[in-house]
Amino acid sequence: MIPAAFEYFSPTSVDEALGLLREHDDAKVLAGGQSLMPALRLRLAAPEVIVDIQKIDELHGVRDDGDALVIGAMTPHSTVQSDPLVSEHARLISLATATVGDPQVRHRGTFGGSLAHADPAADLPAVAVALDASFVIAGADGRRTVPATEFFQGMFSTAVGEDELLVEVRVPKYTGWGAHYEKFNRVAQAWSIVSVAAAVRLDGDSIAEARVGLGNMGPAPVRATAVEAALVGQPATAEAVREAAARAADGTSPGSDLNGDADYRRHLATVLTRRAVLAAAGTA
Amino acid sequence: MTATEERPATEIGASRRRKEDARLITGRTRWTDNIVLPGLQHLAMVRSPFAHARITAIDTEAAKAASGVVAVITGADIADEQGALPNAWAVIPDQKAPVHPSMAVDHVAFAGEIVAMVIARTAAEANDAADLVDVDYEELEPALELKAAARDEVIAHPDLGTNVSAVWSYDSAESGTGGDVEAAIGAARDGGIVIEKEFRQQRLIPAFMEPRSIVVDPTTEQMTVWSSTQVPHFVKIFIALVLGIPESKIRVIAPDVGGGFGGKLQFTPEEVLTVIAARRTGKPCKYTETRSESLMVAHHGRDQWQQVTLAANADGTVTGLKVELIADMGAYLGLVTSAIPLLGAFMYNGIYKFPAYHLGITNVFTNKTWTDAYRGAGRPEATYAIERLMDELAARVGVDALEIRERNWIKHEEFPFSTVSGLRYDSGNYEAATAKARQLFGYDDLRAEQRKRRESGDPVQLGIGISTFTEMCGLAPSRWLGSMGYVGGGWEHAAVRMLPTGKVEVVTGTSPHGQGHETAWSQLVADRLGVAFEDVEVLHGDTQVAVRGLDTYGSRSLAVGGMAVLAAADKVIEKAKPIAAQLLEANADDLDFSGGRYGVRGTDAGMTMAELAFAVFQGHKLDGSAEACLDADATLDPDDFSFPHGTHLCAVEVDTETGATKIRSYVCVDDVGVVVNPMIVEGQVHGGLAQGIAQALFEEAVHDEGGTLVTGSFDQYLVPGAPDLPAFETARTETPATTNQLGVKGVGEAGTIASTPAVVNAIVDALRPLGVTDVQMPCTPYRVWKAIQQGAQEGAQQKEARS
Ligand SMILES: Cc1cc2nc3c(=O)[nH]c(=O)nc-3n(C[C@H](O)[C@H](O)[C@H](O)COP(=O)(O)OP(=O)(O)OC[C@H]3O[C@@H](n4cnc5c(N)ncnc54)[C@H](O)[C@@H]3O)c2cc1C
Repeated sequence: MIPAAFEYFSPTSVDEALGLLREHDDAKVLAGGQSLMPALRLRLAAPEVIVDIQKIDELHGVRDDGDALVIGAMTPHSTVQSDPLVSEHARLISLATATVGDPQVRHRGTFGGSLAHADPAADLPAVAVALDASFVIAGADGRRTVPATEFFQGMFSTAVGEDELLVEVRVPKYTGWGAHYEKFNRVAQAWSIVSVAAAVRLDGDSIAEARVGLGNMGPAPVRATAVEAALVGQPATAEAVREAAARAADGTSPGSDLNGDADYRRHLATVLTRRAVLAAAGTA
Repeated sequence: MTATEERPATEIGASRRRKEDARLITGRTRWTDNIVLPGLQHLAMVRSPFAHARITAIDTEAAKAASGVVAVITGADIADEQGALPNAWAVIPDQKAPVHPSMAVDHVAFAGEIVAMVIARTAAEANDAADLVDVDYEELEPALELKAAARDEVIAHPDLGTNVSAVWSYDSAESGTGGDVEAAIGAARDGGIVIEKEFRQQRLIPAFMEPRSIVVDPTTEQMTVWSSTQVPHFVKIFIALVLGIPESKIRVIAPDVGGGFGGKLQFTPEEVLTVIAARRTGKPCKYTETRSESLMVAHHGRDQWQQVTLAANADGTVTGLKVELIADMGAYLGLVTSAIPLLGAFMYNGIYKFPAYHLGITNVFTNKTWTDAYRGAGRPEATYAIERLMDELAARVGVDALEIRERNWIKHEEFPFSTVSGLRYDSGNYEAATAKARQLFGYDDLRAEQRKRRESGDPVQLGIGISTFTEMCGLAPSRWLGSMGYVGGGWEHAAVRMLPTGKVEVVTGTSPHGQGHETAWSQLVADRLGVAFEDVEVLHGDTQVAVRGLDTYGSRSLAVGGMAVLAAADKVIEKAKPIAAQLLEANADDLDFSGGRYGVRGTDAGMTMAELAFAVFQGHKLDGSAEACLDADATLDPDDFSFPHGTHLCAVEVDTETGATKIRSYVCVDDVGVVVNPMIVEGQVHGGLAQGIAQALFEEAVHDEGGTLVTGSFDQYLVPGAPDLPAFETARTETPATTNQLGVKGVGEAGTIASTPAVVNAIVDALRPLGVTDVQMPCTPYRVWKAIQQGAQEGAQQKEARS
């Protein structure tokens, strides 16, 4: 359909964008438009004002900031996917990003847009919690940094306030870690039913550290801390990992839909976690 | 075509690249929505969000006052003008059907039914104003669940008093085509085998690529209607009948049409309403549906429950088949809604020699989107039931599933064969197709691997699925259609015109929407008239050009329409003969026609068709003894159907931990008779397979408890893409049909009909040792996983009961 009429602004700085958001009550930020445009066209959303942040240079690109990588909110998936810094220090992000939609979607859709949208079935939120990313949010009172566990607040809901902008995401470096993203979906072009993002650091044959994030196992992405704890110090063998992965669904509250009920999702979480961790260990 | 492309010895059999593809693929063509006329107005529809409701009030004031709005029309405004949409097939004389208005007046029977329309200067303004139309509804309880609806628990159309539209049956004992099924089942219960199953044919959405669009120009003497339809000729007649416009004042054009799959074999509310809008305002109007509207309201397909009973001797020889099915019509009868189960009625016995057969059909209304033809229409349902049953029978007898089929199928020397459902199969060779498929598939090696995986308890199990199918196609014989209650005929028409410059125009009454008729018909005519492939132009889809025709569906175009083209070409050759004789000063009996030239036997004298065409155009030397025209028309109505068949083999890997199914290999050997263009046949098979596999694994139209379509976008309605499908291995055997002059059969639906049971059989085959005997379609990972859990549970209970 054709979206309802709206006023369109295309600011070139974060401050200008924030000003527009404050000035207009019913304004919506437009990033890559891969989630917002369908909502507008279906008239599920009909904001009076669109603030397109495409032209804010500061929001684009990946940079090295010592012990962290900084990914600008407007960096398109396609750039993230092929960025050498990301692939060296946070390979889990490269792997998960490669599974997002199709090439067209990845050229338009953005890293920050996907995280700010916070779809429970999206790929990047689970990765962000697994990797302990932190989120830089700009507002009237300047910038604040929010950890991933506090950023995702529920279905389509984040710490970004109405008049705020997600500016960039800081990801600690996981240089030398093994990583694997396990996305379980029905067709290549579909959201995940459950997804598991895993990164492990090996010390000899045993697991020194592990990070596991679960997608679509509740309204917000889940960090599988029980699995992580159970893995530490264990050999990276099928039996040991199976035992640890059995706790993947602990404390989750997955929903039910056509693709599966909560029980099935809990079961999938354990199977996929086992596979993801083993695969991650295999690449470490 | 490039100059370097070699000219084949005969066009028929050559893999010509499709001449229409460049414009279709690049979009440099006229899709209906591309058509812009001076003063064009745009429509937007207001649709009911409720599946079943009474309209108590509609307030259009705000919409009328909105910017750019020309008019807002409600059902009450056009109650006397809109007529009722037609159903063209009474499967029984007293078939029940609700009146089907294009726009609801006071009662809505499915979510998405039109309750008002806005005519505005731009599409955006029409959309905006449609949001302002305020409709008050009194919600009624919807009849949604098919079995409950069949019991009349909730009535979809209170005025009708019942949901049952028609009950129809075929019984081989009564019809004299076989024995008594109940007796066969009774006998089998005593020492034989009786298999009872219930199969679900889920509701599907045709999901053609180009959403439907209509443009109506009322300013020409013949009102011009462009529509993205499979059936322009039907649309012309029905506009006349429904709206009372003289047929001679209507011109319908189906320009290039982006797919249909049966979904555009319809006369739609939107067509009627666009005509009404144009007629009322006196200006051209356009309506183009959104993808969401298309998925919600363009008719759906399948949706049946099948209760099947198969009786067999202990050795697996089938002695009888009984089928009781209920079919969901949805809220209204479309053109052939009521006949979809009927089109499968004669196919449940498949390729087999069953001695007894009974089929009962109950057509039922619900408060869901109307259903109608969808690729295969009735035959996929029948093929699914019998091919699933043959696998179950093999498991019960304990023999290989190919072996059980061979014990029951019609042998090649037994053709022509009169079946238990009263059809006459003219030709076929199931042994040959099966042998070829078996070899290409590596059947024995895969069975060996399957055994190994079973023994080792591999979490990924291998399954092999078989489907040996046949179908009746080439929808035609008018007499047969009439005897079954269809109001129309099944003939087809063509014209061949020799142009003065030696080029040829072929006019066909079929209406391609992706099949490649322009290429295939050019090949037919090039061979027959001895002209170059490039010199043939195929015209279609415009009722001012293709004056007579019955359009494209039911794998009929080549077997019926293509044969009409040949008949017309033959007439051209006949008409040229006396003219050639006169100009060559020879006796007509001394002329031979070959290679596009009439030659005088025993001499070098002769004239090509191009020379004759030019001579006729000039007329200077004609003495008037023969009509000075080479052009010819032909109408063709075949005596019988054609019966393509084939053997499809599918290997799947089922991940028993997650329930995920991956198709590892797919081999099909189809016998579609003589092939005009192998590349087109291959394309049809590939697309058909994708659609049939989609039913097995991916697609399902689901409504919620309120009757709203949950799978209303491609986010939820999962149409598979190339990454979700294996590389198909296709091959052919060629047993010519005897029911048409070329020996062709149909291929448009074959892949879809055959593949669905092959995939589900493979899944069940993989999981049978785990206690799984069926999985409902689509076999999602979730359903497969649950079936495995249930199988394990039942296995444990049985073990407990034994100990
Ligand atoms: C066909 C298709 C397939 C897809 N498949 C997948 C998939 O497999 N996996 C997956 O994870 N995703 C998938 N997506 C979604 C895709 O990843 C989107 O890119 C993403 O969800 C949103 O990013 P965007 O840049 O397009 O944001 P937009 O659509 O422009 O915005 C989304 C929302 O976030 C808000 N927003 C965006 N940026 C900011 C910001 N900097 N600050 C504050 N608010 C902001 C917007 O206001 C809006 O509410 C798919 C999308 C499509 C169309």
